[in-house]
Amino acid sequence: MVDQYKQANVAEAAADHAAEVAEAHEAATIAGTPRHPLAEFWEYFTENKGALAGLLFIGVLLVTALFAPWIAPHSPIEQYRDALLLPPAFVEGGNWSYPLGTDDVGRDIFSRIIWGSRLSLLVGVIVVTLSLAAGIVLGLSAGYFRGWVDVAIMRLMDIMLAIPSLLLAIAVVAILGPGLENAIVAIAIVVLPHYVRLTRAAVITESSKDYVTSSRIAGASNSRLMFNTILPNCMAPLIVQATLGFSTAILDAAALGFLGLGAQPPTPEWGSMLADSLQFVQRAWWVVTFPGLAILLTVLAFNLMGDGLRDALDPKMKR
Amino acid sequence: MTDAVVTPLQKIEAPADGGPLLEARGLTKHYKVQRGMFQEDATVRALDGVSFALHAGRTLAVVGESGCGKSTLARQVTLIEQPTAGEFLLEGENLAGAPADKLKQARTKVQIVFQDPYGSLNPRKKVLSILEEPLVINTKMSQEERRDRAREMMRVVGLRPEFAARYPHMFSGGQRQRIAIARALMLNPRVVVADEPVSALDVSVQAQVLNLLMDLQEEFGVAYLFISHDLSVVRHIADDVMVMYLGMVAEHGPKDAIFDNPAHPYTRALMASTPKINASDRAKKVPLKGELPSPLNPPSGCRFHTRCPYVIDRCRTEVPAVRDVAGRGVACHRAEDVLAGTA
Repeated sequence: MVDQYKQANVAEAAADHAAEVAEAHEAATIAGTPRHPLAEFWEYFTENKGALAGLLFIGVLLVTALFAPWIAPHSPIEQYRDALLLPPAFVEGGNWSYPLGTDDVGRDIFSRIIWGSRLSLLVGVIVVTLSLAAGIVLGLSAGYFRGWVDVAIMRLMDIMLAIPSLLLAIAVVAILGPGLENAIVAIAIVVLPHYVRLTRAAVITESSKDYVTSSRIAGASNSRLMFNTILPNCMAPLIVQATLGFSTAILDAAALGFLGLGAQPPTPEWGSMLADSLQFVQRAWWVVTFPGLAILLTVLAFNLMGDGLRDALDPKMKR
Repeated sequence: MTDAVVTPLQKIEAPADGGPLLEARGLTKHYKVQRGMFQEDATVRALDGVSFALHAGRTLAVVGESGCGKSTLARQVTLIEQPTAGEFLLEGENLAGAPADKLKQARTKVQIVFQDPYGSLNPRKKVLSILEEPLVINTKMSQEERRDRAREMMRVVGLRPEFAARYPHMFSGGQRQRIAIARALMLNPRVVVADEPVSALDVSVQAQVLNLLMDLQEEFGVAYLFISHDLSVVRHIADDVMVMYLGMVAEHGPKDAIFDNPAHPYTRALMASTPKINASDRAKKVPLKGELPSPLNPPSGCRFHTRCPYVIDRCRTEVPAVRDVAGRGVACHRAEDVLAGTA
């Protein structure tokens, strides 16, 4: 009896599909060789050249961060008293033993940037992981349960948003005490409301869709509905926000460092390198230009990669 | 693991006593609506004393304008909401106010197919895992067993099992609706609520999906609660028809009785609003005046009296009960007059 359906209905289904089958790509899928999800993802990701460039830059950055002791020509904290504010090597008066020049106490800027990539990436990774994880849990609960849970969480987030972010970070650091670890915690708390709001908005939109109701009718539990059914459909904006969050985290860490509440000297951190040498901007452009460029390029790379990730992770963008 | 879910689909046996699979007695659902700080909370009477029975292998079509309580009825029948009052019996067991574990068990027996095949399938899951999900939640089958059953079910609804690794967006509307039907059948349900399952589809595809639903019913004896506003579709698929107006039953009976000779003025108006090709087939138009009244503040007496062409004073004060007239139930004081044409 089942065969009967098979024949009758397969014919209809085949007709539905006649146009698609014509395409070679479709034919490959129909042939019954589903590609590995990662292979599929990679194919879509590499189509976006900007994202690939971003990934490449981040890869280089990762390598320099991991192998900083071997790549950097000098120690990041050693002060060469005979080479104060030396210009970069390719400028007149420069010296190839200090490729990007030296700062006001004679430290090699190139080495400091290489070592600084460690800290900046670390700050970014930890801040984004902490705030994303907490933000998803809070936003998902608020958007899914609504009612008093929603009111309690969102009013708390509103209060946090009402305080200027740097001020809030300073307050948190003042409570916890200065230092890079506490600065990281402070920044994670400050950026948390953005993740919570974003998650909640996406969850509310998705919760009203029929596929959620049908999972519920099939007997899915609250946690399954939240994390398995709804959350994967809310990830696209969160991925973009997380990549943008990297840059915010790096900049905020620099701001706290500038105020003496973040990375303590002589730690080579890009933001504090910028802040420390502000007074020499007029005389020695390279002391701020190269750390600034490092931040700019890193932020740009993360943003490009974030866009690419979003496109590659979104099934609606696939053909 | 329950025995009921071993083979892809089993023939559903009618309850031993010959009773209905599903029965509603005076099903009522009121929603409280807040109207701001300075006004009293209002009550929406979405469903008011609806009674019906659904037997194995039969299709009951629920017809009515938007806002008449069709979707509320679907939410009651699929057990995602509890009724305010009344009884809801599934295989003879009253589930109104039943404990959560009993509801969870009963939920597998009633599944749903939604109107919009684009919103009803999770866009981030492949067809295989969409079909697997009910089994993951409700059974202890191994992954291999689940996948075999999902592929088998795809075959049953006329999809090629090779499509299992595809995402929903790679399918046409008709194929998506087939996937939705397959998912609804994965747990071997007794009743499938079809909430306007073809109204979002092209006409050519509508017929295919309707025929699939009817074939599945013939084969496996599943009962449909078929919600629709398209009377030609209802005429094609239904055994019984229930016409609803503002949360109450207007007329309820066998398809032929209702289509050939409607006894409720509202049913007449609905029938007359269907386009007919031959001028001689067109019923005398009984134009409906005005809009559907607000369910926040339904009219007194017969809820249809504000728009009824046959209204008399009694209609304004006395709520008509559903009574048997000429082989169907009808809630109208003047049903006999309407039938006889003397109204």
